[in-house]
Amino acid sequence: MADTIFALSSGRPPAAISVIRVSGPQAFAAGMLIAGSLPEPRTAAVRELRHPQSGELLDEALVLGFAGPASSTGEDIVEFQCHGGRAVIDSLHAALAAIGGLRQAQPGEFTRRAFENGRIDLTEAEGLADLLEAETESQRKAALTLAEGGLRRQIAMWQEQLLALSARAERAIDYDEEDEALDPSLLRDSAVLARELEQWLARPRAEPLKDGVLVVVAGPPNAGKSSLLNAIAGEERAIVTDLPGTTRDHLEVPLSLGGVPIRLTDTAGLRAAGDQVEAIGVARAERLIEAADVLVWLGDAAEVPPHPRVIGVHAKADLPDRREAPDGLWATSAVSGEGLSGLMAEIGRVARTVLPAEDAIALNRRQAAHVAEAALAISDVAGAGDLVFVAEHFRRARNAFDQLTGAAGVENVLDTLFARFCLGK
Amino acid sequence: MHDVLVIGAGHAGCEAAAAAARRGARVGLLTFRAEDVGQMSCNPSIGGVGKGHLVRELDVFDGLMARAADRSAIHRRMLNRSKGPAVWGPRVQADRKRYRAAMAELLSQSGVELIVAEALALVVKGGRVAGVQTSGGNLSCRALVIAAGTFLDARIFIGDRIVAGGRRGEGASIPLAAQIREIGLGQGRLKTGTPPRLDGRSIDWARLDEQPSDREAWTMSALDEGLGQPQLCCAIARTTEQTHDIIRANFDRSPLFAGAIEGRGPRYCPSIEDKVKRFGDRGAHQIFVEPEGLDDHLVYPNGISTSLPADVQEQFVRSIPGFERASIAQPGYAVEYEFLDPRRLNQTLEVRDVPGLFLAGQVNGTTGYEEAGAQGLAAGLNAAAVALELEEVRFDRRTSYIGVMLDDLTLQGVSEPYRMMTARAEYRLSLRADNASSRLGPAALAAGCVSPPRRTHIEQHLASRSAESWRDTDEGRADLLYAPYVARQAREWEVVRRDSNVWIPRELDYPAVPGLSSEMVERLMAVRPETLDQASRIPGITPAALSALYVAASRRAAA
Repeated sequence: MADTIFALSSGRPPAAISVIRVSGPQAFAAGMLIAGSLPEPRTAAVRELRHPQSGELLDEALVLGFAGPASSTGEDIVEFQCHGGRAVIDSLHAALAAIGGLRQAQPGEFTRRAFENGRIDLTEAEGLADLLEAETESQRKAALTLAEGGLRRQIAMWQEQLLALSARAERAIDYDEEDEALDPSLLRDSAVLARELEQWLARPRAEPLKDGVLVVVAGPPNAGKSSLLNAIAGEERAIVTDLPGTTRDHLEVPLSLGGVPIRLTDTAGLRAAGDQVEAIGVARAERLIEAADVLVWLGDAAEVPPHPRVIGVHAKADLPDRREAPDGLWATSAVSGEGLSGLMAEIGRVARTVLPAEDAIALNRRQAAHVAEAALAISDVAGAGDLVFVAEHFRRARNAFDQLTGAAGVENVLDTLFARFCLGK
Repeated sequence: MHDVLVIGAGHAGCEAAAAAARRGARVGLLTFRAEDVGQMSCNPSIGGVGKGHLVRELDVFDGLMARAADRSAIHRRMLNRSKGPAVWGPRVQADRKRYRAAMAELLSQSGVELIVAEALALVVKGGRVAGVQTSGGNLSCRALVIAAGTFLDARIFIGDRIVAGGRRGEGASIPLAAQIREIGLGQGRLKTGTPPRLDGRSIDWARLDEQPSDREAWTMSALDEGLGQPQLCCAIARTTEQTHDIIRANFDRSPLFAGAIEGRGPRYCPSIEDKVKRFGDRGAHQIFVEPEGLDDHLVYPNGISTSLPADVQEQFVRSIPGFERASIAQPGYAVEYEFLDPRRLNQTLEVRDVPGLFLAGQVNGTTGYEEAGAQGLAAGLNAAAVALELEEVRFDRRTSYIGVMLDDLTLQGVSEPYRMMTARAEYRLSLRADNASSRLGPAALAAGCVSPPRRTHIEQHLASRSAESWRDTDEGRADLLYAPYVARQAREWEVVRRDSNVWIPRELDYPAVPGLSSEMVERLMAVRPETLDQASRIPGITPAALSALYVAASRRAAA
């Protein structure tokens, strides 16, 4: 029998309200141990939550129960909507863990159970995972679109088009008594589909919305990166000294700039490393710059690493020899505060460009990788020459979509084939 | 006492009997009439795209079909010649009488005993097959292959006339069908059809497009026996709007539309009335005009199979340019027959619940001589394995079309007659008609079912692959052409292989697996897949069900 699992299923504390969910065969029993009694399934009621052993009052919370298999995981679920302070959450977690047979859920385990119990398919699983983690309104909307099957419908449409193309190629192989030449309209139609997929791939990914836009502050040592980060974050996050190379690893500050969720990250200065620890820091910095959605560069404009979205900053503008900022760079001073609000607005503006539009369907990186594979296979059709290769590229593309959603086999192609064509013989 | 008995001497039965005999079994082959051995009841051709691949594979195991086709070929065409070699389809037009004679001769050389009797009932003892009750007395055996084709409770339809029989002028196996239904093997009914046969002397050949035989003298069998027959021309005719009007006006007289036939026919080999009904916008349908033999006036107009009444057949045939004065020697007809659920079979074609009982050919819901013959091979080799305690012979969908077919049949079952197509083979680029000996030679040698000349041929062929001159052969060039694609497929196969290693316990209690809906449980229990990979190919099985199954199987493995 499956374990009963629990976890915080709302965003990171502190928050006004936090939701803790318990799922599994013992969910109702555990709920009763802690809340005394449970309301009717699918109705909410206020209960005092107490530690099952000590009887200590933990919180006063809204409690809901959902009976499996018609619940989101397919199992019995109890939900506690409690106050969102870290202490309350920790004590409720401790109380749940004290009940035999209950354990903290692994990351994604709720969704995994929903998937395994046939409640959702893979793309919906991903959307739901996003929804449960959504922190801002725009995140929630994007996740809802995904969870409601918007992406699934889009993928189904692509798959249908691909199947039709594939069926045309297969028909020309298996039913061509006259041995005719390759139909040029097949190439044209596949180019259209490939182009559509590529357009989708050019759109922003879902991750920045969920995780925050990754804004990386980088530059040579002692350029003022940590000071700038601290000034923006408004608190002493990074250790700032005058010694070059103080930041050995990177730090991450979650922020909201103009409503855009941002992960602002500091990096070690880029230079030939003095010791091994620092060398590791430099290597990480280089990787981060590559992964960055937006790069804030504090250094010589001539040395800026190649990146699609760079904001050049002329830091320490309060120092006498740095009063004059070169063209195109934002003059800032962490000491005087000069230029900071303008820079923050600019970061927010650029960051917004990597977010999917609020009501749009966004692909996440896993999905995009499969769609990219399919797009590549379909565009290979153009240069394939022989029909056998054309059909093989379509098969590859179908495979990529199958991996995206599960299902679909040869029979699907055949069904499409026979539904549309009159076959001789 | 026979080691192996085979019921039915059609394409599946002959191959099954001969294959079992080649492995050393004492084999008896039951048939209604001795002269029906190897009868081509539909069009007189062997091979085609996908089907030709099957014949070449069958040939590697010393099957009879390729050699019988070579001995009787009167027209050869390599289909898809303009496309890549992976999908070239060797196809021959055979002289119907000579094909039957060649089959009978090959069969008699194989040492199979021909028994003329009707099989009335199976004898099952202690859950195992023990013999057959026949119209000529009881016969006992260690393994039994049923290859009854369309004869299980078969009915023939010509318009509103309905006769019992699996082929025109012949009987039907009614008691046997009843018993098979009792065992619970019955699945449903399918239909197939034939066109009217025309008298070639009444056709205006000058009005038809000529289709000459290939100049290059390739053979079906890798053992080239030297070609003897002169090669004839075939021709192409086309239906007209007038033809379609005549057919449309008589829809109510077709048993297909009047509801008399309940069985499902093949979508890819539809009757002419089906074509007119479903594709009304098409102005013309092609007809391949195929002579039935060198010393035979009969002509087979491939493409107008029908069950309309004889007078309507004559009317619409004569509306076709070139057929204006054609006389019908024998009207077309539809056959409706019982088929069995192949999902009850192992991949060796043995019935899972009745050890020693094998099913092969059209009884399993397939259509076509080649599909039947290839199943006959698999059933015969494995019936001999059961009778003589030899190694099983399994076919893999990665290395043969036979493997694709057995896998499809036993996992997916059939809802309409199953015909081989290259589209069914995901490893199509490596499954070519020209490399059957390379792919299957080692398996054929290991099965111990080949003659000395075949053994020599396979050994030499495999040795020649490592010679410098290999790249200058057609097969060597095709190997090179597809090498990068085949390499990529090999990587895909690795993923599948991982799933193939997840074994599902035979006695797994599906209803108790958490997360399986009752629909999934039903589908899985009908097939009882051996591995997760097989389960993934059962139609309608969702990714969610697969993952639940995966979890259940790996939990059991851990426990």
